[in-house]
Amino acid sequence: MAGVVATNETILVVGGGISGMTAALEAAETGKDVVLVEKNPALGGRVSQLYRYFPKLCHPTCGLEINLRRLKANKRIRVLTLAEVANIGGQAGDYSVQIKVKPRYVNENCTACGECAKAVSSEIPNPFNYNLNKMKAVYLPFNMAHPQRYVIDPSIIGTPEADKAKAACKYDAIDLGMKEEIIDLKVGAIVWATGWRPYDAAKIQPYGYDRYANVVTSVEFERMLDLFGPTGGRILRPSDGKEAKNVAFIQCAGSRDRNHLKHCSRICCMASLKQTNYVTEQFGDAGKSTIYYIDIRAIDRFEDFYQKVLANPNVTFVKSKVANITEDAAGNPVLHGVDTEGYHRYDNAHDLCVLAIGMEPSVDANSIPGGIHADKSGFIEADPANGALFGAGCASNALDVNRSVQSATAASLRAIQVINRVSRAEA
Amino acid sequence: MADMKIGAYLCKGCGLGERLDTAQLEMIAQREGKAQVVKSHDFLCNAAGVQMIKDDVANDGVNHIVIAACSRRSKTEAFNFEDVAISRVNLREGVIWVTPEGDETKELVQEMAVDYVRMGCAEVAKMQPPEPNPNHGNNKRILVVGGGLSGLTAALESARTGYDVLLVEKTGGLGGWLSKLHKRVPSREPYADPQDTGLADLIKQVEAEKRIKVFLNSTISKTSGAPGQFSVDISTESGSTATENVGGIIMASGFETYDINKLPELGGGKSQDVVDQAGLEQLAKAANGGAIKRPSDGKEVKSVAFVQCAGQRDTTGKHLAFCSGHCCNTSIKQAMYFKDQNPDVDTVVIYTDLRTPGNGEDFYRSAQKKGVIFTKGKVSEVVPGAELQVKFKDLILNDDAVAKADLVVLATGMVANSGIDMEAQLLAEATERDEAKKAKDAGEAVAEKQEKPKGVSILNLTYRQGPDLPHLKYGFNDSHFICFPYETRRTGIYTCGPVRRPMDAVQAIEDATGAALKAIQAVENAMLGRAAHPRSGDLSFPTFRREGCTQCKRCTVECPFGAIDEDEQRYPQFNESRCRRCGTCMGACPVRVISFENYSVDTVGSQIKAVEIPDEMDEKPRILVLACENDAYPALDMAAMNRVQYSAYTRIIPVRCLGSINTIWVTDALNSGYDGVILMGCQKGDDYQCHFVRGSEMAHYRMSKIDDTLKQLNLEVERVTTHEVAITDIARAPKIINDMAETIGKIGLSPLKF
Repeated sequence: MAGVVATNETILVVGGGISGMTAALEAAETGKDVVLVEKNPALGGRVSQLYRYFPKLCHPTCGLEINLRRLKANKRIRVLTLAEVANIGGQAGDYSVQIKVKPRYVNENCTACGECAKAVSSEIPNPFNYNLNKMKAVYLPFNMAHPQRYVIDPSIIGTPEADKAKAACKYDAIDLGMKEEIIDLKVGAIVWATGWRPYDAAKIQPYGYDRYANVVTSVEFERMLDLFGPTGGRILRPSDGKEAKNVAFIQCAGSRDRNHLKHCSRICCMASLKQTNYVTEQFGDAGKSTIYYIDIRAIDRFEDFYQKVLANPNVTFVKSKVANITEDAAGNPVLHGVDTEGYHRYDNAHDLCVLAIGMEPSVDANSIPGGIHADKSGFIEADPANGALFGAGCASNALDVNRSVQSATAASLRAIQVINRVSRAEA
Repeated sequence: MADMKIGAYLCKGCGLGERLDTAQLEMIAQREGKAQVVKSHDFLCNAAGVQMIKDDVANDGVNHIVIAACSRRSKTEAFNFEDVAISRVNLREGVIWVTPEGDETKELVQEMAVDYVRMGCAEVAKMQPPEPNPNHGNNKRILVVGGGLSGLTAALESARTGYDVLLVEKTGGLGGWLSKLHKRVPSREPYADPQDTGLADLIKQVEAEKRIKVFLNSTISKTSGAPGQFSVDISTESGSTATENVGGIIMASGFETYDINKLPELGGGKSQDVVDQAGLEQLAKAANGGAIKRPSDGKEVKSVAFVQCAGQRDTTGKHLAFCSGHCCNTSIKQAMYFKDQNPDVDTVVIYTDLRTPGNGEDFYRSAQKKGVIFTKGKVSEVVPGAELQVKFKDLILNDDAVAKADLVVLATGMVANSGIDMEAQLLAEATERDEAKKAKDAGEAVAEKQEKPKGVSILNLTYRQGPDLPHLKYGFNDSHFICFPYETRRTGIYTCGPVRRPMDAVQAIEDATGAALKAIQAVENAMLGRAAHPRSGDLSFPTFRREGCTQCKRCTVECPFGAIDEDEQRYPQFNESRCRRCGTCMGACPVRVISFENYSVDTVGSQIKAVEIPDEMDEKPRILVLACENDAYPALDMAAMNRVQYSAYTRIIPVRCLGSINTIWVTDALNSGYDGVILMGCQKGDDYQCHFVRGSEMAHYRMSKIDDTLKQLNLEVERVTTHEVAITDIARAPKIINDMAETIGKIGLSPLKF
């Protein structure tokens, strides 16, 4: 990684999801040098794990393809994967950043021919599919992974499996002796775009996510629809592989709740509305969806989408915060609560229950080196005290994709302003 | 530039050396492909392989490069050579990964590879390395239209980045709607109370900024030119006009409130004590922290009811169908105006869904703590009187209810101030003409059709495609794309704030800052002759052969970005920095005079011709696939990565957009004996996914007329199919190909093989 040259006119972008990629690309296409740091082995972030977007039901990988093409064509962006920021020193216009890079055990020689993966048999949980299935311990993270380069899981390092992988590679691309590295970078401004993670569903005790196989999260459900996902694109329930035709969606799972996340995560209503489409798409009139909600927050033009789902006779809306879930003898999750429209008690059995899980920042802003202003949920709050570190996307708030990209573009300009000040001062 | 020298480089890695006869491929490249330098390498993408190519470019005069290795989507950075023409021949994902191994198929697989090498050589021979357009502007000034919060922010952020700004505001003062607010919704923790609007400080900053020049009482009477060289006429109320040059444009023309008089059933226009949210702000401003008095009799308001979604989220078709996003928070804020002044004032918010996303939830909780009552209900009527009666259906109790109040506030929505929607008007006119024709046929009198677009334009663009940016649904000027909110259809012109989409102040600030970046980027790109997103950095641009042009105007009309004007002699005039390089004009041109340096009717046409069509007796069909490079082509690549197989009779050519497909390619292919032609493009229709707007739709339309050609050639119509293929169609795209192979198996080979 000695090739990474950065100066105080370089912008560091932390996080290679859609916000980070956007911030990096927009800055680079405006003529700035960028180092893009991603902790996973490939770019793409959480949207690359989505099957479709609301409200157009288009595929996130379409946009990813465009962004990757822009990235590959732009020589101003250096990408570091398996990399995290260890420390930030200095000040606006003149930061010294330490980046910790984990070993991939595969170098740039890799052609992604796949022979190494064929040679090994060890399997590990697949994080791209939220560990719902397993994959080889030598792997390409997903079809559109960039860099298009295999990864060797550290768990097999030092075992004969790793040697088998190495032996299978004709291109001298496997380096089992790779060590963790620390890279020191000089940068002028930082865009922090580390995104979000789903709230830990197991903490919502009454819903039994940790006890009932057929209670899953919305992000896991999303993976089921992918042809290359854990179920090969079919909506199957985890306990017995039966088709899940009667699906419950519980809104505000973790969100708008003083015991969990006090903010509204903004995307979950639309995500569930979208996912009812998957159920209809797969099973036609045999597919039934029920949404348990407090308020349906289909903000601005998304209202259309809500109206379309309302018109679907196979989707039922119940205004209720579900009290708890039990499991019946057939393994069906049974939802208990009171429908507040008319105050009826219900005990509804479904094939599968999807928790519209809340959004929390992947990195608590309080833990960002250098002391960053954070709100109570751990999102970055814009503040002059943050110097030239700018939050972007879901590191700064619970946002949908469109707003994340907006936010990332804005953050990118704020970073450019710092760089332009630096270069004017030095000119 | 120097004479063309083609270098063909063949990779033997990733199994290519084992599966294919590289020596034969080398020979083909040399003899048929006319490559002067032909080399193969065991591992072309490694440092040594790449260096070998670089050395030939530097020392041996190679300037046209054929790389026969993996897909253009792989090892892109390694094979990114500057100032040369490059063709990537996809032997890995395109041949050996989609075909079975074994002696039985070896010959077919080799033929596939041979044809691809031929195609690569033929393509590169017709390409020129693109050089930036010399006709670019270098004006870096940014024009901001609209002096509200969005416009002020865009102006300030542009100036702070180092760019000069002209800020044009139609009224006599800056601030827009924000200047009419008493306070705004809080933008930071603890999200408990309304906060100062901050406008005075913002205006002070704008006025102190030397880079910003403000034009008040002014509008834009004309905009022409292109990014880097726009010319705008700024007209003042008094009638004087100044012509200014700018490089990029930000349109922040804001919104109007939905007319309260359209809601008489809710008391709009019937009672002075029924106001909209803007009206309440006016009352709060007048009270200035004191008790708010109602308009009719000046009585201190002791009870107030807020009616959410008034004329919004309407399903009857009479009012606004969308949600304006900010109104729930705004009503909460306004209820606090009362509660903060006097906790004894009764405040009730009647809503169907309370929408306070993100940290708005804290604000909502704060209101509850302050004693604001929230009732889930649907209001049917507001009865005027000294005490107003709000009749609603209580959705919790499932019962009819009445709330009595001194004042009623209707949360009406935002109507975008987005100018003229030419597309909609043209569509309406076309329908009108059709109807008029019908009427005329029926012997009825026909009204004169109007010539000029209706409405008031914001930008008054001189583009053929209309005076303003195209509207998305409900009159907002938004981008159509989720991943790309700034993907404008008029290059160099970006909208922001509530004209783009209903939004609150916090979002408007972010949006304006983002738009400022895009305008600045457009200016910088224009100076370098580079394309804007999505073909960012592309230096090629369309040119046309004047002698052949018939002035049919199809290119000017069909350009999705309004990039083409007509000159005085009615020839097309390309504005390169408006152009997005999709090639729709090239696909449209009936006489095929439009081309890019590295993408033309010839570069693709010669590939089609380079494929050897086997004799009828060989019984080896040929299927041509023209695949959109953004979705269908990657889908086929990923199919290959997963070893999904398709017919070895297939020859795939990636295209920039289905809109760039000239029907001559299809008829040439059929005439030369191809047995089937498949077009794969993006989804079309309302939820189109084509990043060049109508490419896929256009191709479908053009192909719908190909049936006649097929019939003339005595060919079955099944031989040409057009499909919408998504990037996730990793199993489906190969199946489409295999289905065509099967069809050909049924109907037989094309009789047109010579």
